[in-house]
Amino acid sequence: MADEVKSGPEGIDTAYVANLARMVVSDEEVARFQPQLEQVVKYVAKLQELDVSGIEPTSHAQPLTNVLREDGVREGLTNDQVMANAPASSEGQFLVPKIVE
Amino acid sequence: MSWVATIGLETHVQLRTESKMFCACSTGFGAAPNSHVCPVCLGYPGAMPVLNRKAVELTVRSGLMLGCDIPFYSKFDRKSYFYPDMPKNYQISQYDQPLCEGGGVDIVLEGQARRIALTRIHLEEDVGKSMHFRSSSGVDFNRAGVPLMEIVSDPDMHTPEEAIAYLTALKQILLYAEVSDCNLEEGNMRSDVNISIAREGATELGTKAEIKNMNTFRGVQSALRYEIARQIDVLEEGGRIVQETRRWDPDAEMTSSMRTKEDAHDYRYFPEPDLMPVVLTEAQIAAWRATLPEPPAARRERMVSEYGIPEYDAGVLAADKRVGDFFEAVARASGNGKAASNWIMTEMLRLLGDQEMEISDVRVTPEALAGLIGLVDSGALNSNSAKEVFAELFAHGGDPKAVVEAKGLTQVSDSGAIETFVQQAIDANPQSIEDFRNGKTQAAKFLVGQVMRLSKGKANPQMVGEMIERLLSSDD
Amino acid sequence: MSLDADGALAQAEEADRKRAAGEEASLLGIPVAIKDVLNVTGQPCTCGSQILQGYVAPYDATAIAKLRAAGAVFVGRTNMDEFAMGGTTENSSFQVTRNPHDLDCVPGGSSGGSAAAVGGGIALAALGSDTGGSIRQPASFCGCVGLKPTYGRISRYGLTAFASSLDQIGPMTHDVRDAAILLEAMAGVDPMDSTSVDQSVPVYTAALSGDLKGMTLGLPQEYFVEGVDPEVEAAVRAAVERCRELGAEIREVSLPHTEYAIATYYVIATAEASANLARFDGVRYGSRAEGGTDPIDMYGKTRAQGFGEEVKRRIILGTYVLSSGYHDAYYLTGQKVRTLIRCDFEQAFETCDAILTPVSPTAAYKIGEKINDPLQMYLGDMFTATVNLAGNCGLAVPCGKTSTGLPIGLQVIGPDFGEAQVLRVGHAYEQSEAAS
Repeated sequence: MADEVKSGPEGIDTAYVANLARMVVSDEEVARFQPQLEQVVKYVAKLQELDVSGIEPTSHAQPLTNVLREDGVREGLTNDQVMANAPASSEGQFLVPKIVE
Repeated sequence: MSWVATIGLETHVQLRTESKMFCACSTGFGAAPNSHVCPVCLGYPGAMPVLNRKAVELTVRSGLMLGCDIPFYSKFDRKSYFYPDMPKNYQISQYDQPLCEGGGVDIVLEGQARRIALTRIHLEEDVGKSMHFRSSSGVDFNRAGVPLMEIVSDPDMHTPEEAIAYLTALKQILLYAEVSDCNLEEGNMRSDVNISIAREGATELGTKAEIKNMNTFRGVQSALRYEIARQIDVLEEGGRIVQETRRWDPDAEMTSSMRTKEDAHDYRYFPEPDLMPVVLTEAQIAAWRATLPEPPAARRERMVSEYGIPEYDAGVLAADKRVGDFFEAVARASGNGKAASNWIMTEMLRLLGDQEMEISDVRVTPEALAGLIGLVDSGALNSNSAKEVFAELFAHGGDPKAVVEAKGLTQVSDSGAIETFVQQAIDANPQSIEDFRNGKTQAAKFLVGQVMRLSKGKANPQMVGEMIERLLSSDD
Repeated sequence: MSLDADGALAQAEEADRKRAAGEEASLLGIPVAIKDVLNVTGQPCTCGSQILQGYVAPYDATAIAKLRAAGAVFVGRTNMDEFAMGGTTENSSFQVTRNPHDLDCVPGGSSGGSAAAVGGGIALAALGSDTGGSIRQPASFCGCVGLKPTYGRISRYGLTAFASSLDQIGPMTHDVRDAAILLEAMAGVDPMDSTSVDQSVPVYTAALSGDLKGMTLGLPQEYFVEGVDPEVEAAVRAAVERCRELGAEIREVSLPHTEYAIATYYVIATAEASANLARFDGVRYGSRAEGGTDPIDMYGKTRAQGFGEEVKRRIILGTYVLSSGYHDAYYLTGQKVRTLIRCDFEQAFETCDAILTPVSPTAAYKIGEKINDPLQMYLGDMFTATVNLAGNCGLAVPCGKTSTGLPIGLQVIGPDFGEAQVLRVGHAYEQSEAAS
């Protein structure tokens, strides 16, 4: 994939990344976060000091494999239960602003 | 100079499981909105996925049927993007270590056989479904979390017809493997199509467009035809193809660009921390391999040689595994493959089609049809009567001998009885004798018909013919 | 956060009935406060966030279900840093929680509400969650016991995820014995959590022998470095001496990659969090911002309005380290360094049964003191986050106070599923301190 992130001093573009994460950030927030994040990114970049060639990455703290369940149906939640938590709903469906494709 | 199209397909196939991929909610189709849901498939805070063993098995089974390599180690990853039908706003999929790699699908097109190469098959969860109202959209998560395998072909096809042959053969193989119902109406098999155009002989592929989420083969074909023509037009007018996602509109019969957000997709894949890797052993894979059915292509060849039926018949009979199974059961029980093929091709498939029935709903058993063939072969039943018996068996089931007796259709092969009918027919039609002697051979056929009528169809037509011939000639 | 008085009373009455009927259960009638990050049927679970306003849990977390079955009574929900992100509980979007030993000081975090409730004597016991020290550090700040069990020891099902490969639920209690009892009630494999481990659950209270004879305890030089408050170091070293007196052999060990732990932790934790928190979008539950013109617009506004600053910072950081062009340099490298950190512990535990360190470089500090310096705040997790990265267990036990009366915590780190050992060490130390 093309490297599309614009490079700031430490390579982080707060506004761009916030948009990837679907969060609107105000100009004030960008102004506050940008130096803080730059500082953190700069600190985190110390990982590059280490030679990690040939080291396997760890994704899980315990080395389990094949944790599987048998195929079988169990009752879940009722429609009333899930609609009780919905910010907006109609006729058993979750409502969202109209999806424009 | 002419243009060459290059086509690759990504086909999402719903696996035949009772429950969803990561929770125990039903995969049943057509339920009321949001009635097959739970904290897991709704992405509630704190809910966690647990992998359905059957989904893994069915994916590997598909891979084995399609000649894929099955790596011993496979893992799941999160693919992040926001969409209202995505409960967690990431999809659990497989990024770099899928369950199956490589493989291929054999197709035959205009008599030419070739193999379309596969890249991989991975397992992932389906998303929900949205419906659009005037000012809002509604989301139903019943489908969210249903297990899908994504079968990715290489960019290895060049015409819409090849793509359809690929999908048809793929569907046949998946049905044989009994891994999916492949019910297109229920969205069990949906394809994304990648297509690009390049000058013939060019070493590099052109820029591709992707057409998303088509659930009919005809849609794929029409969309490809349209898109190939569109891209060639653009290029011939000196334009450029932009890499984009397009949507097929089946009513307008055209593709159109889907709105692309300024930020192209950055899926930010990373290993799913809530799921552990799948590690398969050689023994496990071998055990699954041992349960695979014969692939349809091999079966067609075997049917021709084993039962002596034409290649065309073998193609029709093997197209649906259940039909093929039925045929083979009849052929083996009756010892008459040709008759079995004829009955199934001309009578049974026609009736099934007329009555919009599936072979699984049929009442006539392979044993009954084999019995019917036996009655004909032994001369106990003539072919007209046999058709009547078959119709009865098809409608109500039962034992052919019992039907024959109940309807009084047992063929008369007693020469004395036949002679009586023949004499009656000759006596009633003296003109026929005259005609025969004047060289009109069809007069004999007329008399045979009369005998069959007098015997209510029960007389053995071969014996009747011989006797009439003899009687008419001997008076000479 | 919320108080379920009716529910708690009903549970307590039920417990009384059972007790009267002669029924026995390990926690019958025992009140337990629950960090607001765990799902309890019929109760809100805000995770300290505006974005979960209105959400009512329709199910019990497995740990909750197990405590319920053991007869515990759930008295109320405790405050926390929003989505467990923070070390002071100042990141709660609802209210300020103060340190019971000095009301101007932070209680630590993220399980600050649970720690303050137990440390302040309001609750007998509480549950916390620990991703980088969120049980141990507030326990240390508030002068109570806090245990981060081995990853996979207690099911995470129903624990709202911050960083799935690091999170663990654990008890926060007045003494080590109570922690052992709660651990025993909650531990064990769970078919709803693929990462829970099928290991038998020992009778932890049976391990509490009161002495340390035959045990070897390791002292990692990397945890006694510049930046550790002298009072903290002195208290911890005194505790080490006490352990020696109790029969333990003390030896130096090395955890050479400790200095990379915070960098590794903030890469992995924020990466996982950025995906875990993507589900908070205003569609299925929680709060939704008004005026969204389409779903994308609605998400942007809902998440802008619903998340607090620290959560936003971490989501941005986590999104960044996973994004195209940076994934390998940050996320993948972080995962590899995680392997090195795990190996450090494996090697150290070849020569010792448990490791003694400070929980935190400092005791509690003033409210507001570090709120505007995220990096300084992050560095405070140095001695605890290593354990989450490696996946083993760690116990915080009070070991004295500063000159201003603020509690100091001793951390006892054990190997994978070494809870019995660390509880034994913590208990022996605690008992001998109480007796002296």
